[in-house]
Formats: sequence, C-alpha cells, structure tokens
Amino acid sequence: MQYLLLNGKTAVRSLQRNVLRATLTTLGIVIGIAAVIAMMEIGAGSSAAIQSTIANMGSNVLMIMPGTVTLGGVSMGSGSGLNLTTDDATAISRDSASVRYVAPFVRARVQVLYNGNNYVPNQIYGTTPAYLQVEDWDMASGRCFTSAEVRSAAKVCVLGQTTVNQLFGTDSPIGKEVYMRSVPLEVIGVLKVKGANMLGMDQDDILLLPWTTLKYRVIGSTFSENNQSAADEQSTITTDQLYPEAAETDDLYPADSETAAETADFPVITRFDNVNGIMVSAWSASDIDPAIDQITQLLRSRHQLTANDENDFTIRNMTEITDTLAATTNTMTNLLLGVALISLIVGGVGIMNIMLVSVTERTKEIGLRMAVGAAGRDVLLQFLFEAVLLCMLGGALGIGLGMGGSWLISALLHWPTQVSVPAIIAAVVVAVSVGLVFGYYPAWKASKLDPIQALRYE
Amino acid sequence: MNSEQDIIRLEKLSKTYLLGEVELRVLKDITLNVRRGEMVALMGASGSGKTTLMNILGCLDQPTSGRYWLDGEEISRLSSNQRAELRSKKIGFVFQSFNLLPKTSALDNVLMPLTYSHRFVSEREAKNIATRLLQKVGLADRMDHYPSQLSGGQQQRVAIARSLVNSPVILFADEPTGNLDSHTSLEVLEMFGHLNRDEGITIVLVTHDANVAKYTQRTIRIRDGEIIDDLPSAQIMAAVGVEGGA
Repeated sequence: MQYLLLNGKTAVRSLQRNVLRATLTTLGIVIGIAAVIAMMEIGAGSSAAIQSTIANMGSNVLMIMPGTVTLGGVSMGSGSGLNLTTDDATAISRDSASVRYVAPFVRARVQVLYNGNNYVPNQIYGTTPAYLQVEDWDMASGRCFTSAEVRSAAKVCVLGQTTVNQLFGTDSPIGKEVYMRSVPLEVIGVLKVKGANMLGMDQDDILLLPWTTLKYRVIGSTFSENNQSAADEQSTITTDQLYPEAAETDDLYPADSETAAETADFPVITRFDNVNGIMVSAWSASDIDPAIDQITQLLRSRHQLTANDENDFTIRNMTEITDTLAATTNTMTNLLLGVALISLIVGGVGIMNIMLVSVTERTKEIGLRMAVGAAGRDVLLQFLFEAVLLCMLGGALGIGLGMGGSWLISALLHWPTQVSVPAIIAAVVVAVSVGLVFGYYPAWKASKLDPIQALRYE
Repeated sequence: MNSEQDIIRLEKLSKTYLLGEVELRVLKDITLNVRRGEMVALMGASGSGKTTLMNILGCLDQPTSGRYWLDGEEISRLSSNQRAELRSKKIGFVFQSFNLLPKTSALDNVLMPLTYSHRFVSEREAKNIATRLLQKVGLADRMDHYPSQLSGGQQQRVAIARSLVNSPVILFADEPTGNLDSHTSLEVLEMFGHLNRDEGITIVLVTHDANVAKYTQRTIRIRDGEIIDDLPSAQIMAAVGVEGGA
C-alpha cells in the first residue's frame, strides 16, 4: 500500500515537473470526455422532451373495439360486434385509475351537403367532447359541442380543415348549416389543422358531431325508412327486443346526471346504444399497461365472461409509436457512444505518443532510478501511474467542462438537459482504461531499458 | 584468505561483447579482492575496461564468465530484478554528471532511492534520514533548492547524500570529480575520505586521473582488460610521478 502511495507520489512529481505538457497531453481526453458528458446530458434532455412530445401525439391512446361477429359462418370483420356500449365507456372512466379521458365513438360514411357542394369526409365520428382531450386536439375557431348537446342529440357539428375547404372553400363555415341525409347540422366550430398521421392519412379530413345525433338522427333514420323524422325514437323497439334487461338499468349514458325533471321530460328510457369503439387516453406512457389490464378486467366482468371465454373486444395501443420511440432513443445513444469511443481513442493515442516521448526524454532518469535499485516492475508501474493519473485528471476536468458546457447551453439556448450519472461513471471508467491501455506500451518499453545504456544516454 | 574480510571477491571474471561477428573481450580473467573498509582507486585510460568492471562490480551488468562475491554472496548469476534489489540494499552510486532529477528539490532527490528500497520507513523518518545526510554533506541550508540553483560541487554533494540514503556497504564513484574544478574536486574527494575513515564505508573510485587516485589507499591499474598492477597508492604515485597522497 505504501509502495503504491510512493509510486503515486513519484508520478505526481513527474507530472508537476512539466505541467504545461501534461495539460496539453491530456487535452484530448478532456475534450473527449467533455463532449461525451455534454452530449449525454443534452441527449438525455432532448430524449425526455421528445418522449413527452410523442406522448402528446397520442402514444398513450388506447382503442377499444368490439369483437368479431360471425353470422352463418361469415365473419363480419373486426369491430362488427354490437357489445360495446356507452355504459362501458362510463364504467371505464369511473373505475380505471390509469385512464384519464374516455370517448366512445360511432362511425359512419355519409355524404355531407352544403349549398350545392357535396363531400364525404374520410372520418365522420359521432362522439363526446372528451374526444378532443383524448386526441389532444384544440379548436381553431368556434367551440366544440357540450355534454348537454350530446344528451339532447343536438343538431350541431365540428369540421376539420380539409372538410371545410371541400364544402366552403374560403368562406367561414361557423353558423352555417350542412346536411347529412337531409338532417341539417349547424357548424359550431373548426378544428385546428393537425396534418397527416403516421400512416399518411389526412387527420383534418374529419367531421365530429355528438354520437347521439349521428346514431339516432342521421343513421337511425335510414334503418327505418318509415320514419323520416329525425327526432324519432323508433329504434327503442329494437333495443328492447335485443337487450330486454337494458330497460331496467337507469344509468344510461344520455340520461346520465340529469335532474329528475329532465329525465322525465326526456322521452327516451332505453336506447340501442352500442358504439363502434371507445378511445381512451392513459395518464402517461407508463400507465398504458396497467390501463389495458384494468379495462380488460372491467369489460370482462361487465360482459359477464367466464374464465374460459375469450375477450369479446380488442384493445389496440400505439405500440408502433412507442417502439419507434425506443428505437430512436437507442440509435441516438449508440451514435453518441460511437462518437465518444472515437474521440477517446484519439485522446488515448495522444497520451501514448507523449508518454513515448517522455520515456525517451527521461531515459537517463530511468537509468538512474534503476541504478539506485528500481526494478523493471517499479519503472513500469511509475509510468503506468503517470498515464492513468493524466487520464483521470483529464477525465475529471472533462466531466466538469462537459457539465458546465451543457449548463451553459441550457441557460443560453434553453435546450433541455439532464444530468446523466451513468455517463459520468462511464467517463471515469473509460478514462482509467484509456490510461492503462495506451500507457502500458510506453511503460513496458521504459521498464525494459538497460540501466547502463540508459545512464549513458544523452 | 579471510573471505569474511573481503567485501568484493572476483575469480577469473571475464566480459565479452559481441559486435556483429567480432568478439570483443573487454575484461580478461580478472581476479581481485577488496577488503571491507578499503578505499580503492580503479585507474585506467578510457577503453581500458575500468567502467565495464565497475558496472559489473556495481551489479548493473553481468559477467560473461567467472564468479563474483559481494558481501559474502555469490551474485554473478542473479536475475535483473534480484540485482536491482541488491543495488537498493547494498550499493551506492556517484556519477560524473551528478544525475540529479531536474525540478526536484535536493531533499526529494536524496529521498528518491527510498521509493525502491523494500524496507518501509515512515515519511517522517525518511525525511529525518535525508535531512541528516544533507547536513553531513554541508547542505543543510540548501535542502529546498532545485539542482539548477546549486553549483556543481553542491550538486555532487547532493548526489553523495543520495547514494548514502539506503545505508550501503559499498560506494561506487565513477569519475566523481570529472565535471568539477580542482578546488571543488578536492572538497568532494575529502568527503569521500571522511566517509571511508569515519563511517567505514568501502569506496571504489573509478578514474583516469592519478591526482584523484592518490587520495585512496590502494590503486588498481587496468589496461586492455587486465590488471597491470595493484599496489598501495603511494607507490603508484611514485611510479607515475605524482606528488603527495592521502
């Protein structure tokens, strides 16, 4: 131990004898480590920022679809079941702790008319106001429909920019009336432009309206041709036939939280309220898996499935997005590691170069040390100590410089940065390894000198 | 032949260098004894083989053939690490060009060999030893000076203090006055004499200069790798015509 201490002291003294050169020698390591630390901190900060941005783009959105129904051996395709209801949606938002917003939706493909123009928006969603929260979407002008308007099946709608362009051109659509299957709908708002999604689908090619309006006024009217009135409640009959027990439940979605008087005024007691799907957003990306578990359990018990039954619904999440995210982060980290490795190898070669010069220059000193009793091992250790010490000092300086640099960048450019402890540990380990690897050859060369030749060296 | 009294005993020691195809016999069957406490001059012209002999005596080099006992130990076949340990324990060197570490204080220069001696002393004790030695060579007030701030004579005295720090049994001085003027040479030689008389350290002085050799008790003259005479110094001085003596 004391022997190592003495060697360490000798190394420090040797470095002290030529401070300027030691500093210049270790500059490669300083810059290398500083770059790594700064990059890691900025990279970690950016990565965290990107993650939260992508999360806002909807990576924590889940889509619950009804199961597949097969009629007479013919599968009706995914989502053809009629077993997902607005009650399910209500239950999910009430009972699933990991879920933030819930929006059931009904889909249709209907022609929309305005003043002689006609257009079929790619997406026509009958839903609730929560849809905009799930999708993290804002209004550009006007307002979204309210829960009250959903309950009363108000004849209002909200348009995406593409739909506006197709129907209105450059005119403002707010307050105008469009027709869907001869049902007049007042345009009360326009959505902000969102652009294409990851699959290249135009997300602004959309029309939103209360799901009750779409289901009972627009589509419902076409199912029973004898009822041209938009306000008819004829589908009630079908509901009662299909779900007799539904008549007893009193917390049906449209009547939810209404006063007794209003409930009495509202003529519909039971509706056929199945939906095409339910969109759910979790609190954060890490809440997705618990949310899936909670929803699965809840829906299984609500649909009275036994342990042997398969799920009569499917839950889809945006794994593609989260996988892409993970891949991006990995690529970035690997890239940084590659750059770090190259810069540290360059720094290491610099150390080796100067150590070789130092050994040649101090041949006489090595001879002297050997003459007074230093064995080859002592000389080897002394020069190895010097190289490692240089690299460690360089590493420490580099860590300080890197952290200072990233602090400066975050202060001046407002880039997000994050202190990366693994990077600091890695930097120290790498600095010491570089010293050992690149310091060994010069040290070995010094230890193999012949003391007589070395003493005679001028 | 009392081997107990002989600190150095050589038996038919030879050293041969191979220069390409040519064998160069630098030392030819040297047989020699040096008694404990003697002060001996090894004298010869350059190329006579005296430096090679000193390197072998100082355990820096190995003989090609023959045997060598130092302080009762046969050491002609030791490995380089074993020789390093032996140098650390028993041998002190003083060189012509002082060989002090630059930008290192006199005190630290004296302390340096302790790094490699395997008798571990505390830092404080080590400092005490070094301080005492520097006082002995008359440099108590120069302990923190760098070599570049000292005169040649002072530097050589630091080197002498350094050679003594591991309490060697024998001191080898290779042309210790070669880089000094006559006045400081005298000082240094008197210091060697003092160390030999008062401390009982065996000293081997290697020189080409009869004026240096006359400070010793015995002079061994070498020419072409062979001992040509081995006599009390006074007799040699008379023979080569140098006046005075120790």
